[in-house]
Amino acid sequence: MLSETTPPQTATSGVVQAPPTIRNPQTNESSWRGLLRWESALLVALAGALIYGHRTTNFWNATNFFYIGLNIGEIAIMALPLTLIVITGEIDLSVASMLGLSSTLLGYLYLHGWPIGVAIVAVLIVGAIGGALNGVLVTRLGLPSIAVTIGTLTLFRGLAEITLGAKSVGKFPATLTKIGVIPIPHTQIAYSVGFFVVLAIIYGVVLHAMPVGRSIFAIGLQPEAAHFSGIRVKRIKLMLYVLSGTVCSFAGVLWTMRFATSRYDAGTGLELNVVAIVLFGGISIFGGRGSIIGVVLATAVMACIQQALTLRNVDAQVRNIVTGVLLLISVVLPNIATGIHRLRERRRLRNRDRLAQRAPDLHQPTTTTTEGQRA
Amino acid sequence: MSLTVAPISRPAGVRRSELLLRARELSIVLALLIVFGFTTLKNHEFANAASIRQLLSGASLVALLAVGQTLVVVTRNVDLSVGSVLGLSAYLVGTLFRAHPNAPIALAFLVGIGVGVLIGAINGIITTVTRVPSLVVTLAMLYIVRGVDAEIVNAKQIDPTLIPHSFQVVGYEHIFGIPWLAIIVAVIVIAVGFYMRSFRAGRDLYAIGSNPDAATLAGVPSGRRVFTAFVVSGGLAGLGGALFLAQFATVNATGGSGYELNVVAAVVVGGVAIFGGSGTVFGAALGALLLNTINQALVAAKVSAFWNQAVAGALLLAAIAFDRWLSLRVERLESGRGERHVV
Amino acid sequence: MTITHHSRRRGGAALASICLAIGVTACGSSTKSSSSATTAAGATTAAGVTNAAGTPAAGGATGIKSGLTVYYIPKDTQNPYEVLADKGGEAALTELGGKVVVSSGTEDTAAAQIPSIQAAIAAKANAIVIAANDPDALCPSIAQAVAAGIKVVAFDSDNNCPNHLFINQADTATIGTAEVDYMATLVNSTGEIAILSAAATATNQNAWIGFMKQQLAAKYPNMKLVDVVYGDDDPAKSLTALTGLLSAHPNLVGIISPTTVGISTAAQYLSTHKDIAAKVKLTGLGLPSQMKPYIKDGTVKGFMLWNPSDLGYLAGYAAANLASGTTNLKDGSKFTAGKLKEYTIAAPAGAAPSVILGPPTVFDASNIDQFNF
Repeated sequence: MLSETTPPQTATSGVVQAPPTIRNPQTNESSWRGLLRWESALLVALAGALIYGHRTTNFWNATNFFYIGLNIGEIAIMALPLTLIVITGEIDLSVASMLGLSSTLLGYLYLHGWPIGVAIVAVLIVGAIGGALNGVLVTRLGLPSIAVTIGTLTLFRGLAEITLGAKSVGKFPATLTKIGVIPIPHTQIAYSVGFFVVLAIIYGVVLHAMPVGRSIFAIGLQPEAAHFSGIRVKRIKLMLYVLSGTVCSFAGVLWTMRFATSRYDAGTGLELNVVAIVLFGGISIFGGRGSIIGVVLATAVMACIQQALTLRNVDAQVRNIVTGVLLLISVVLPNIATGIHRLRERRRLRNRDRLAQRAPDLHQPTTTTTEGQRA
Repeated sequence: MSLTVAPISRPAGVRRSELLLRARELSIVLALLIVFGFTTLKNHEFANAASIRQLLSGASLVALLAVGQTLVVVTRNVDLSVGSVLGLSAYLVGTLFRAHPNAPIALAFLVGIGVGVLIGAINGIITTVTRVPSLVVTLAMLYIVRGVDAEIVNAKQIDPTLIPHSFQVVGYEHIFGIPWLAIIVAVIVIAVGFYMRSFRAGRDLYAIGSNPDAATLAGVPSGRRVFTAFVVSGGLAGLGGALFLAQFATVNATGGSGYELNVVAAVVVGGVAIFGGSGTVFGAALGALLLNTINQALVAAKVSAFWNQAVAGALLLAAIAFDRWLSLRVERLESGRGERHVV
Repeated sequence: MTITHHSRRRGGAALASICLAIGVTACGSSTKSSSSATTAAGATTAAGVTNAAGTPAAGGATGIKSGLTVYYIPKDTQNPYEVLADKGGEAALTELGGKVVVSSGTEDTAAAQIPSIQAAIAAKANAIVIAANDPDALCPSIAQAVAAGIKVVAFDSDNNCPNHLFINQADTATIGTAEVDYMATLVNSTGEIAILSAAATATNQNAWIGFMKQQLAAKYPNMKLVDVVYGDDDPAKSLTALTGLLSAHPNLVGIISPTTVGISTAAQYLSTHKDIAAKVKLTGLGLPSQMKPYIKDGTVKGFMLWNPSDLGYLAGYAAANLASGTTNLKDGSKFTAGKLKEYTIAAPAGAAPSVILGPPTVFDASNIDQFNF
């Protein structure tokens, strides 16, 4: 159902050629325009959240924004690689456990005398290996990613538990642990937010402005077509998982330094927050749609609302309800909208058919071609 | 030019593939026996009557929830809200007893099931009507129900003094050496399993999971079936809440937290394909039993408790890989001996 | 599998309007501050406080500033034990003409408590009373609070950060030794015992267990600690740990469970398996309201605890005194804690300043009916 195609490249070329532009067969608009609607809505939501914050005592000051950044930093960083994975139609639930494993490992190595720099590099490598495990199981063995990553979620956390047991490691170098206490000099931006912004720009460019990004969308939208047009689906997915493992491992390093402590239960339960942000950011769980901008906006909205609620001392469980409701709205509304749209379309077509039946010569079936396209 | 289809697969091929699928449940039994055997070698007490009873009753709640989860997963969906539902139901049943200490046991169970059915219905409606993926819907409901539960509980808790003895009995008594808990769950497993195999509505679930479009085209009322699956999953989670209260006689706002991952793990280990279309409630219940046995075996064999999670994770991955291998074998068998299309 | 595409156009518009609506018409919050603090006419404390903020109250609460705000940050907002303590704190601050704000998360993690500390700093609270989920991970945040002039008091679960006062429910060493001594009376100082604890990382439990081990080694050569298992304060996990324990050690004669969830789970199991209850004695730290039926039916002979409400009350007075400058963290400083009378801060060289609520109370058949917490 593609309106434009380029002939598939031969597999031996080894280079990923620019894939055909995927046009949405149903609405016949490029993915871009459909995306921007959700992002605009998120922008308005952010405005609403900021207004809400402004009317909250103690919200509107530089220190509070520093705190917001501090609280959301690692979660936001983990959301970026997950976004790409979800766009390809897969998922990675092991993100928070990888954060925990890397934090634990970092502590363990540091405790055993490894220089902190070497330890960090080692931990990132382990993250890549963990990601590769996910990737290999999903691409080479063809196992469902939700099941695999539930397994690795448990496995990584278990490995963390074996590594440190009930111990905790502290006394990390002050030059690094200061990221939990002071912002980037001359700003009120937390270090983790700084990293997030840099990573978001990189991911944004890769996803939206580079050929491999178009491939990623293609894989999610129509895997078979993507495969036959020469996209190395398995290799890309594997790389995305390796990237996820590495980035989550990096988030684990940041987490350890922010808390100045390493313990096996670091980040327990965060994976749901990360998934919620990705979904709220407009990334379709079916794959093929979404943008980094959406995820960035969603992060900002969620973080601001949560902080405002905390400052107003709203019950912690009510905050959970808010997260759940936001998530639900973010996916239900578009579907209801589509449903209504479809109903209206059907009614329009039915009316047109009825008219055509009454006066067949007067009304030319000019719409058959569009119907064909709509199939 | 017409399409004609050659005679379908020979009986022998079908029998062999069915046997391989049955092998999935058998493999869990085998794994159970191996774990049990090894642990008993290390520690004879593991095989005594009390220990076995605890193996059965400890797995009962997760097995019960796994039955409902199977129905949902078979249709290519998932229900992540079961833990929160269990917690809410347990607390509300406790509240019933607090308000009416002489309430009949049957009413208590009805209340529990009712709470679960209500939330299951909400999940079902949103999933089928708005076509939102169940992963997202039930994830959101996990948050919402947990939050509502915490608001209702408001930091209080239900104490054993409030629970009538006749209700608690269900949680710990046994008959002929088998705990009531296990018997109740076993009956439900058998009933649901039978229904899935022998009744149209049950088989429809498999059809929906294997190929949703084909199922709809073939006239299967997919919406209604999926809705029912969610209602059953919720209802069983609600029943689980009542049984939780009977077993522990105490509950606060965190009751049932984290159960959903255990249940999904049990279902996966039990051979229910996460992509839908295959798997049985027997397998899921056995999966729950296996996971609980491993947990207790590790303690009984004096393995450090810190190894529990790693073992569970490794087991999950092994189970998924094994399932994949098994289904590939079945595919190869069926395509080798099966239908041929002649154009 | 067909792929459904979502049109987000109209959905986006609807979402936008909802969020705008929330933002613009944001109504008042539900601030969970307690007993309204202030100043309304006629709000006198027992000693006749003057109600202008910042002026000292007269009489029994000498020197305590009026209108203090104290943030109570429990492990989570749902733990019944912590809630009792929080209420005690609210009572204390009401007597002093101040107010308490209870804030925490739903998970027992350090990360869940950070926003509450930030909120306290933002609200310019006078003091924080905190039960830490992690003894070290909260230190950077707590240091920020201290730097902002907020006094920090720890209760229930201590932390390793400098510049704070720990309100210990009972002397740590005493809890450990008393538990072991009581167990010894139950099992005639002979046999294998085990411990069913909470989370493996729990500060308070680990401290008590440390002293239990010491006491066993020092005074009871015929009693052997064969295992420590962790129930994570979850009934199902505690039950699994317990039954594993029972089957791993068939000669077990005693179990100490220094956590209310652990002991109540174990008690429920033993009271429904009388044959095991005959062999295995249970004691530990429990809530009277939960343990009453097990005392009555003989499953548990006795257990210990203290009044969590008093703990919160004492912490509230300590926080108020620190914030008002009427006491400090030096060894030997004193302060008065309302109905609980006077306390002296102990800060021996090299150790963190602390105050002990009092000796633990033993609850058994003779007094169980007197308590309703």
